[in-house]
Order: sequence, then C-alpha cells, then structure tokens
Amino acid sequence: MDDLEQIYQEMILDHYKHPRNAELLADDPVLADEENPMCGDRIQLTCQINDEQIEAVRYKISGCAVSRASASMMSEALQGLPIEEANDLIEQFVAAMRGERELDPDWHEDLMALSGVRKFPLRVKCATLAWHGMAKALSERKA
Amino acid sequence: MVSTVETVVQSALDVERIREDFPILHQTVYADKPLTYLDNAATSQTPRPVVQALVDYYEQSNANVHRALHYLGEQATAQFEAARASIANWIGAPAPQNIILTRGTTESINLVARAWCDAHLREGDEILVTAMEHHSNWVPWQLACQRHGATFRIAPITETGELDLEEFGRLLSERTRLVAVTHMSNVLGTINPVADLVKQSHAVGATVLIDAAQSVPHMPVDVATLEADFVVFSSHKMCGPTGVGVLYARDGALAEVGPFLGGGEMISKVGDTESSWAELPYKYEAGTPNIADVVAAGAAVDYLTHMGLDRIHAYEQELTSYLIERLDSLPDVRIFGRAAKRGGAVSFEVSGIHPHDLSQYVDQQGVAIRAGHLCAQPLMRRLGVPAVSRASVYLYNTHAEIDRLIAAIEAAQRFFQA
Ligand SMILES: Cc1ncc(COP(=O)(O)O)c(C=O)c1O
Repeated sequence: MDDLEQIYQEMILDHYKHPRNAELLADDPVLADEENPMCGDRIQLTCQINDEQIEAVRYKISGCAVSRASASMMSEALQGLPIEEANDLIEQFVAAMRGERELDPDWHEDLMALSGVRKFPLRVKCATLAWHGMAKALSERKA
Repeated sequence: MVSTVETVVQSALDVERIREDFPILHQTVYADKPLTYLDNAATSQTPRPVVQALVDYYEQSNANVHRALHYLGEQATAQFEAARASIANWIGAPAPQNIILTRGTTESINLVARAWCDAHLREGDEILVTAMEHHSNWVPWQLACQRHGATFRIAPITETGELDLEEFGRLLSERTRLVAVTHMSNVLGTINPVADLVKQSHAVGATVLIDAAQSVPHMPVDVATLEADFVVFSSHKMCGPTGVGVLYARDGALAEVGPFLGGGEMISKVGDTESSWAELPYKYEAGTPNIADVVAAGAAVDYLTHMGLDRIHAYEQELTSYLIERLDSLPDVRIFGRAAKRGGAVSFEVSGIHPHDLSQYVDQQGVAIRAGHLCAQPLMRRLGVPAVSRASVYLYNTHAEIDRLIAAIEAAQRFFQA
C-alpha cells in the first residue's frame, strides 16, 4: 500500500463520502466551535447525554477528507460511552495521532484506518480537530 | 558581439537550457514520479550560479563587512556593496543608497510600519490597503493604526478579482497618510495599475508602499517610473536565497524618520545618553547583515538579467494562459481571479475536494502546489472559501508540467468522487 492509499484508506473515503451524524438539528445547542487556523477547517458540535452516558454526537463540519472522516468515526465511536470513558478515549486517540502511543485495536475498528495519517505530520491536526472540539463540548456541558 | 546580443534578446527563453541550471528539478519523488514544482509564488528554486556565489563567498571572501580593515573584510564589503548596486540598477533606483537590505519583504514592511509611522502617523489619520493584500502587507499596518489611533481602511475588489478603482478613489482623502498595495496578488494573480494608484495617492498627499514580492521576480519593474515612495520584495522568490529582502526608499522618503532597529552599523556616534545615526541606507541596517545571501541575491539579479525579465514575463504569460485554459477545460474547477492583466499565480478550487486533499493527492504524483489561505485570510473571506489551491509558474516550468498537474487533478477527481 503506498502512502496515499494509507492516508485515504477505503474506510476513510467511505466516512468522507457518507458521513455519519453530520448534521445539527434546529434546536441543538452548539457546545463547541473548533477551528484549525492553519487551514480554516471548522467543526461545530453538540452531544446528547443521558445518565452520564453519551447518547448521540452531532456536528457540522467544513474541512478536508481526513477531518470529516475523523469526525464521522468519532461520532460513532463515542456513542454509548460513559462520559469518563469518552474523555479517556479522546485523550488516548489524540496521543496516538501525535505518535505518542499506538492505536488500540479494541477501539471502534474504523478508527484504525486513521493510522496512516500519522505519516503526514501536517495532517495530524485534521484528524484531531473533531476530537479537540468534543473534549471542549464535554467540559462545556459540565461547566 | 553586438549581433549575438541582439539575437539573444529577440529569441524566446531556452527553457530546456535554463532547467539545466536547476539540479533540484531533475529528481523523481515517491519512487518514480518526476518532480513538478509549481509553488513558485511561495518560493523559487535556486540556480547553480547563485548556489556557486554562496560557495565562493564562504570559500574565498568571508569576513564581516564595513568594519574589518583587512583583505577579506574589503573583499566581503566590496561584494556586499556590489550586490546592493546591482539590485539598485536592476529596479531603476537612482543610487545604491536607495536600497536598504533586510531579511525579507515582511521585515521591509515592518520597518516602514514602525519607523515611518512613528514619525508621520497621527490620530485620525488613515492607512489604506486593498482586500487582496498578503498578511505581511496588512498586519503591520493594523498594528501601526492601533499604536497611533489611526484608521485602517480596505479598498474592495471586483468580481473579476481586480481592485475596485472607483472605491479606491473614494476611499482616498486628505486623511490618507499611507497607501499600501500589492503590485501583483499572490492569490488572484492580478497585476494592479500601481503607477496610476501612486499618482492618485500622491495627489491627496499620501505616501505609497508597493509590495512587489510577486512582481519584481517575474516582470520588468522600474521604481523611477512607478514613482512610489517605498517598494519591497524578497530574494527567495526571484531565484535568490532566503533571508534577504529589499526596501527601496525614494530619495527623501525617510527624511525625518527615526531608526528601526538599534545596534552596530546603524550609528554615527554613540554617547552615554544619546546617539546619532549613520547615513542611509546603513541607518536601517543594524547588526551584521546576511552578507553571504545578499551577495548571492546579487548573483540572482545577474542571472535574471541575463535571461531577460521581458522574456521571462512573455514566456510566463504564455504558460499561464495555457494553465488557465487547461484548468477551464476540466469539469467542476473554478478559478479565482480573472483579471485582464495578471501574472502566473493561479488559484482555484475543485468542487467536492478540499484543497488540502487535492494538494496531498497531486503531491503524491510528484506535483507541488500550494493549498490553504495563502496568507490572505481577509481575501479568503471575500471569496467565500476557507482555503484555495494554487499553482504558480516560473521561468523553468514547461507545458508538459502543466499537463502533469492537470492529469493529477483528473485522477484526484476520480479518486474522491462520491
Ligand atoms: C504578495 C506578497 N507579499 C509579501 C510576502 C511575504 O514575503 P516574505 O515571506 O518573504 O517576507 C509574500 C510571500 O509570501 C507575498 O506573496
């Protein structure tokens, strides 16, 4: 597999072309509005929480294939997780994208497709945009 | 001799011959893709004679300038000053003293925005820029306005990406202290009618700075004809090394203006409480300058002069037309900027493909283009996009390279299409 295929694996292209949960409903509160000033990519996020458990993540994003696919995958990976576990996963995922640890096969399997992004340091920020936004959304909710 | 010179002037650019001067272009990347460099508006490649000038300088002449009273010191000083004189002569400046050597366009602009504005900008004054400026011809003026209580004004652009001349005229008034305008947009490619803009601005008593970072490398520019007060550009976009910039200041433009950076070289007499300043241009060249790179920038001027700026410009005009024609022939591609007079920086979007995905994809085919806001966020907002892709040509680019870019874009469209 060449580098290009690694960064744009089937799975990423699938999430890019068919993003999951990529809409904000009319009365969704925007809990985080995250921008990457380097490229102007932007995500607005909301999440529904019931009994300290994430029921749904929804977002609106303008960005590249990597940032959109990552947001889509995240929305699925976090669904159903208790908030504490969600925060752990966010932290671990961001660390993995920065090359500080490995991606964990126990995570939502689609996430493994993002491992190729690590070969392109400039694109790591694209892959973590939604996750940084989500961390803010969760702490915003607590506050 | 005379007749050979004439034939050279009349003939077109020998691009294949020129390419031999740029070893960096003759490589394959990602295993087997020939490198296609189309990011010249960001920085240009460096021909052998310029690299050789650096090597020669360090191997034969290296010493500090203007201070050392020894053989090497004199050699270094003579070469440094010869480079200044070449640059002055090249852009039609009356004398070498009109050329202040800086680290780049950005530093040149900041020098004026600090020193000149400290002396001349007052509360209630206005600085006028255009909506197509690079951040480096925007932020320093915003800061100056904030420091002095002045107002920052922005002349809009038209649908075709040209300066709205009517609005520009309307925004000019006796309150306008300074006008800062780009000669050629690094995003839209638009070449502004700067000589006219200077006349209009002078008529209301405003001082004018021209950002020539994108024009001087690609077309003949004569500062005397432009009559601008300040003209700035960078060596690294004109076949020279990084770390050298030029600030041309018209005679008298810096009279009654205090220093910018303080230190060695820029002084005349240093007292315990006060000091006095050196003559121009040294007053604005504090500290040991980037001697080797300035010498090499002089070699870049010689190189471009030898190739002929008029011939380079003519060739790039033709190549740019071809690039635009090929981009227009693709479905779902939109070009930003349709100015009648334009240079070889062409920005575009491919619908459904984010510029970063596009540039990454074509990069893997060996084609280097730029993607992002191109240091022009205010312009991006006006174009209504967060980012664009840009291909930009120089004297060593070929039609075959344009074809490679187009093929790579077509492949990206197949790859990303929903
Ligand atoms: C129009 C324009 N102005 C200013 C600059 C800044 O030049 P430098 O980064 O060399 O200071 C650039 C280069 O990016 C440019 O294209």
